[in-house]
Amino acid sequence: MADERKVIVSVKNLKQYFNIGKPNEVKAVDDVSFDIYKGETFGLVGESGSGKSTTGRSIIRLYNPTDGHIYFNGQDISKIKSHGPKMKEFRREMQMIFQDPYASLNPRMKVKDIIAEGLDVHGLVKNDDERDKRVRELLDMVNLNPEHMTRYPYEFSGGQRQRIGIARALAVDPQFIIADEPISALDVSIQAQVVNLMQDIQKKQGLTYLFIAHDLSMVKYISDRIAVMYRGKIVELASADEIYKNPLHPYTQSLLSAIPVPDPEIEVKRTRIDFDHKRPFEDDQRLQEVMPGHFLYCNDEKAASFK
Amino acid sequence: MEKILEVKDLHVDFDTYNGVVHAIRGVSFHLNAGETLAIVGESGSGKSITVRSILQLLAKNGTISKGEILYHGDDLLQKSTKEMDDIRGNKISMIFQDPMTSLDPTMTIGKQVAEPLLIHNNVSKKDALKRAEEVLRLVGIPNPSARMNDYPHQFSGGQRQRIVIAIAIVDYPEILIADEPTTALDVTVQAQIIDLLKELQQKIGTSIIFITHDLGVVAGIADRVAVMYAGRFVEYGSVNDIFYNPQHPYTWGLLDSMPTLDTNEGSRLHSIPGTPPNLLNPPEGDAFAPRNAYAMEIDEEEQPPFFKVSKNHYAATWLLHPNAPKVTPPEGIMKRFAKYERLGGNVK
Repeated sequence: MADERKVIVSVKNLKQYFNIGKPNEVKAVDDVSFDIYKGETFGLVGESGSGKSTTGRSIIRLYNPTDGHIYFNGQDISKIKSHGPKMKEFRREMQMIFQDPYASLNPRMKVKDIIAEGLDVHGLVKNDDERDKRVRELLDMVNLNPEHMTRYPYEFSGGQRQRIGIARALAVDPQFIIADEPISALDVSIQAQVVNLMQDIQKKQGLTYLFIAHDLSMVKYISDRIAVMYRGKIVELASADEIYKNPLHPYTQSLLSAIPVPDPEIEVKRTRIDFDHKRPFEDDQRLQEVMPGHFLYCNDEKAASFK
Repeated sequence: MEKILEVKDLHVDFDTYNGVVHAIRGVSFHLNAGETLAIVGESGSGKSITVRSILQLLAKNGTISKGEILYHGDDLLQKSTKEMDDIRGNKISMIFQDPMTSLDPTMTIGKQVAEPLLIHNNVSKKDALKRAEEVLRLVGIPNPSARMNDYPHQFSGGQRQRIVIAIAIVDYPEILIADEPTTALDVTVQAQIIDLLKELQQKIGTSIIFITHDLGVVAGIADRVAVMYAGRFVEYGSVNDIFYNPQHPYTWGLLDSMPTLDTNEGSRLHSIPGTPPNLLNPPEGDAFAPRNAYAMEIDEEEQPPFFKVSKNHYAATWLLHPNAPKVTPPEGIMKRFAKYERLGGNVK
């Protein structure tokens, strides 16, 4: 956990709606607030359609937020113009690692050009020699052979491609990385390689991660704090241990009860907790701190019961 | 127990641009009546090819170059196309991985579920549709009579997978092959589908071959488990044998690279270094040797045979040879051994 608890990203009442005003309006992210501290890994979990990826994409401004504010190092970035100089400056500090290592690398570009694109855009290298040197460093950092920098993506395996994606994100020396399901498309034995790599780099460079995933056991392992999303809202937020040991929201309980465990004895005894999806939210509920550091989406009466 | 299916020394090759890929390199196993056999392995290990060979659903460039597939003692590889048509979807049926692409988007679900009956049995359309409705109810589609005329896009991912299962079981097959049936689904839906498969197995007595890469799912559903790597089985045994008394270093690696909910933060995950071999030129010795911290010289030279660990539990690793040095498995595996002994097993 971060020592001095400095907030790096602060999301306040973020709303991201699509098809506004039409019959198929979707409230993908509906009034979400949370802080991410410098140096921590913040896990965002939820099932497909919960709005976790949309939240990540709104923070890095791939969308224009419908309402609310996003503060990055104290500066409101929710309204800055898409193609202005401010956006360029901000994107250097915040990078993204995408889920699909096959779709997120341009098949017609050499690895060195994929990795160096950010360097070129931001004018961070003076000449080709410097550029190649930096690409070599980055490939070395993600444990790929620097000699392979002139190859194309198809020559690499899924795990290797994800390393290229990580090297690309690191190229511009960002402070904050959003990793959107970075290991979901990889095999079990390769997942561990990538997670270990991400942790090593975090330690070395003092990075902050927003780690978006649906694999709850991996999220628990990598995250300091975890927020659980359901239908566009955060229903619970607490430290990783607290979420697993003391889940308070019925949805969190249901989600945890469904995780398969690689141990037959535990599996035989497992009982699933069902969650009633019919009326998940009431008007008088909001996300509030019910115990130190433990936030729950509930009404005031319920919150008072924990005091 | 009756063996309803027996695969003997299966070899499958694929003709590709770059040459012949030896995808399956001598796989043998059997399936007992009423049990669930799980085949686990990474992508490219050949688990899907193995089961697709049973139904002869290989891509055009794939050939079964050797082996026998005995169904009640009859070799399926000797059957004519027409005879195979009678078996597919009737006696042996398959649930595919992706519920988004394995349904016909232009056909109502009632018709899709009834289709196998109309093809295989001499039933009237009315009876087939009636049966389809029953099966849809059985797999948990709410209000099936009203939804028979709906199209796939009107259902959620979990419901679509239930419909795919309904199609597979509508003719009460003897063998159900499920190829990663829950991989595309969320965990809560996955848990529901697994419960459904277990329940159906009890009700209609089907034997299941379940393919997955998720060891958590295996622990919950399998009676027996086979671990596959680079086109071969490397270890097989009962679910307790594989989870509490694993012997092959690859099985160790798989079990150890998954964080469990009580894995300490701060500790590193155990990863298996490297990547699987290219099966264009399969290695001479043990295919896992280059990634194996416990590899010995002989692993580079000669493919290890299966060594018997206990009744019904076999592993193909030279570590089990009487002359092999004693090694200490990773810590996480030692914990599993301790559990095995507590359950009354004898760790080698």
